[in-house]
Amino acid sequence: MKQTKVRIHVNGSWVERETRPDRILLDFLREDLGLPGTKKGCEEGECGACTVLLNGMAVLSCLVPALKANGAEILTIEGLAERGQLHPIQQAFWEEGAVQCGYCTPGMILSAKALLDEHPEPATEEIKGAISGNLCRCTGYGRIVRAIEAASERMGKKKG
Amino acid sequence: MHLSGEFSHVLGVMSWKAYEKPNDLAEALKLLEQACGRGRVIAGGTDLMPQVRRGECHADLLVDITGIAALKGIKEEGGWIFIGACVTHAQVAVHPILQREAKALAEGCRKVGSPQIRNMGTLVGNVVTAQPAADGAIPLMALEAELGVASSRGERWVPLEDAYRGIGCSAIDATREIVTRVRFQRPGTHSGTGFFRMAKRKALALPILNGAVSIELVSSGKRVEKARIALGPVAERPFRSREAEARLESGDLSHEVLLAASRIASEEANPRTSDRGGAAYRKEMVRVQVFRLLEKVVKEAGEKG
Repeated sequence: MKQTKVRIHVNGSWVERETRPDRILLDFLREDLGLPGTKKGCEEGECGACTVLLNGMAVLSCLVPALKANGAEILTIEGLAERGQLHPIQQAFWEEGAVQCGYCTPGMILSAKALLDEHPEPATEEIKGAISGNLCRCTGYGRIVRAIEAASERMGKKKG
Repeated sequence: MHLSGEFSHVLGVMSWKAYEKPNDLAEALKLLEQACGRGRVIAGGTDLMPQVRRGECHADLLVDITGIAALKGIKEEGGWIFIGACVTHAQVAVHPILQREAKALAEGCRKVGSPQIRNMGTLVGNVVTAQPAADGAIPLMALEAELGVASSRGERWVPLEDAYRGIGCSAIDATREIVTRVRFQRPGTHSGTGFFRMAKRKALALPILNGAVSIELVSSGKRVEKARIALGPVAERPFRSREAEARLESGDLSHEVLLAASRIASEEANPRTSDRGGAAYRKEMVRVQVFRLLEKVVKEAGEKG
């Protein structure tokens, strides 16, 4: 199959690759770019494990053709920590015990980031809505919601 | 080598051979024409990609229309509201024009799938996927919306009711035609719309039952000028309860009329038993939910203007 060039801004840097026209973004990130932080769950848009931010919006990378992301800005879980420092959301998930097996975690954190970028002080119901597309089989969601609340507080304090 | 839908996912690839993202509508139509039925429109892809993965779509070429400026945006003009084909459910859910003029549509779109699906999936795509209980299509049905369809033959308006051939089967041929926008008339002064949804979970759950209502009252508020009721999944396509509508439009408004209309809507509805719910339960819920929604919307319509 003829290869096509794709150029995507991933975690702060432009990457350019040749790829099959039917490559899916999830596999492009994991295999072609060596970024396995984005997880493969259901591959049919029902679990949220593959969530990344595309131009700041939470999307399911299992449903995005790589070529659809041409020219777009992608943020994966690998792009959150800066200079060895965890992002406040990652820190909060750690401290609140919101990570068990860890498989839902990258998707959860990115959905949380999309929320907090838009609504820095969300109500509990807004948090639940923001992660309603991310399934967790381990934690029962309670600590995840608390972690996002804690992150919101922490990030608020940082600004003010 | 063409990989079948069944095995291609194991190797991490889907199955089309070319992906184009044209800058304008004419170019998009030309690409489809040149592909002679082997090409297909992709907008958000949230329905199409699972279809491809299940082997239900064998297009060789995907024509991504999300780069076409003319297909974006929501606007009000000459008493009509226009929503571009690339407008996502997320955008519909928060748009001030829709929250003000067509609340049912904003509410319906807010319930589609999940936040991630709403960020990519489009309202028009929701209609073209042709499911009987599509949360965007149901309010559009109550609003008597029309699809603007572009093809090599030109442009035409297709009433939503004529856009269905069967479950999951649109009258729009996505291999040759492109829906550019959807339009509906701005409801009148003394009007209101509403949406309801019953589902097992608050997200990522297809509806047990959903519906939308659009009510326009005469200026005195004593009679219903126009009533539209859309329900799903109670038929092979989004269903209009025409007899219930007629009952509402005949005679003066009263509590009894709302009860009667809800009962008629329930009688008209023909839901199946599926893993989402039993037929008898759904039929009864039509009566309950339509009544509650009518009460609410009639009250709101009376308070307006």
